[in-house]
Amino acid sequence: MRPRWAAELGPALLRDILLVNVAIGIVGISYGAITVGQGLPVWLPNLMSVVVLGGASQFLFTGLLVAGASPVAAVAAGALVNARHLPFGFALADTVRRHPWLGSYLMIDEVVAFTLAQREESRRRATFWVCGVCLFVFWNLGSLIGALAGQAISDTDRWGLDAAFPAVLLALVLPALRERNVLKAAALGAVIAVVLTPVLPQGMAVLSSLLALLVLRPWRKGPRVADGTRPAPDVGPTEGGAPAEGSDAAEGGR
Amino acid sequence: MIDTTTLIASACVLGAATYAFRAVGPVLHTRLTIGETTRELMSTGATVLLVALCVTSTLFDGKEWADPARPIAIVVAGVLAWRRVPFLALVLVAAGVAAGIRMLT
Repeated sequence: MRPRWAAELGPALLRDILLVNVAIGIVGISYGAITVGQGLPVWLPNLMSVVVLGGASQFLFTGLLVAGASPVAAVAAGALVNARHLPFGFALADTVRRHPWLGSYLMIDEVVAFTLAQREESRRRATFWVCGVCLFVFWNLGSLIGALAGQAISDTDRWGLDAAFPAVLLALVLPALRERNVLKAAALGAVIAVVLTPVLPQGMAVLSSLLALLVLRPWRKGPRVADGTRPAPDVGPTEGGAPAEGSDAAEGGR
Repeated sequence: MIDTTTLIASACVLGAATYAFRAVGPVLHTRLTIGETTRELMSTGATVLLVALCVTSTLFDGKEWADPARPIAIVVAGVLAWRRVPFLALVLVAAGVAAGIRMLT
């Protein structure tokens, strides 16, 4: 007989969860291979995947370290990327009520997106735990395989592995860039970073891209808010930037 | 490069910070909500950082300009990503284009 959670989720949802997890595993493989290819130790991707469990922040952390940023700057930048998980916790507080400590650990973009897409509470709970545990397994397995593969390849540039890193980043952020305000801020930030790279200590240029937020002030949207009135929140938690970003990035892997 | 202890410590601090962000909601379990504006700003900030890292790691090797094979590969990857080509294909094409150009030149 099938376990209760399998019956609760149904074959269609289980298949979707599995497909997304395979995509996550592939991202994990590229993460492991790229990190080791950039000259970091072979155990680092695995350690990061266990203690952090957040793809984009892990890429940013190792990328900044390789670019020569100080560890403090790399941690700060990684933490900023993961600050978007704060609202996830509030959105899923009810779902993980019985095991809040373990539940918080598994709160990853894709898991949150899948969970919030379910309406009934029992179905939500089953989705959260099944998807969360699967993601933990696939992400870590992927990182391990990738790290070992990256170690086996000696001349990474010859195989174009140096191009794989920015390509992965691009694939991860592109769904978010379809929004105009975000695209403008990102474009200005990229220009700032490129201009400053030759003159600033390494790694600082990337962090300077955040100046674009001060220049464009994307929180002041449109003429509606020109005289200080606050815009009405127009999106629910399921449609917010980060969860949608996660599910879109995952769709890219199908 | 960075010594092992610092590397392990930084990874653990980032892990702890990440966990803290995720755990605030379930542990407080109050109906406190994060403002929409703050939430969007954090999400935009993360995207800005990732794009800046993508562009600089495409164009530079440290402070020197990278060889043109890498930027060309990333432009190709960008076009494919825009057309929603699967993730694995995109990464393989990017690496393949860069490797191919280097082999020919």
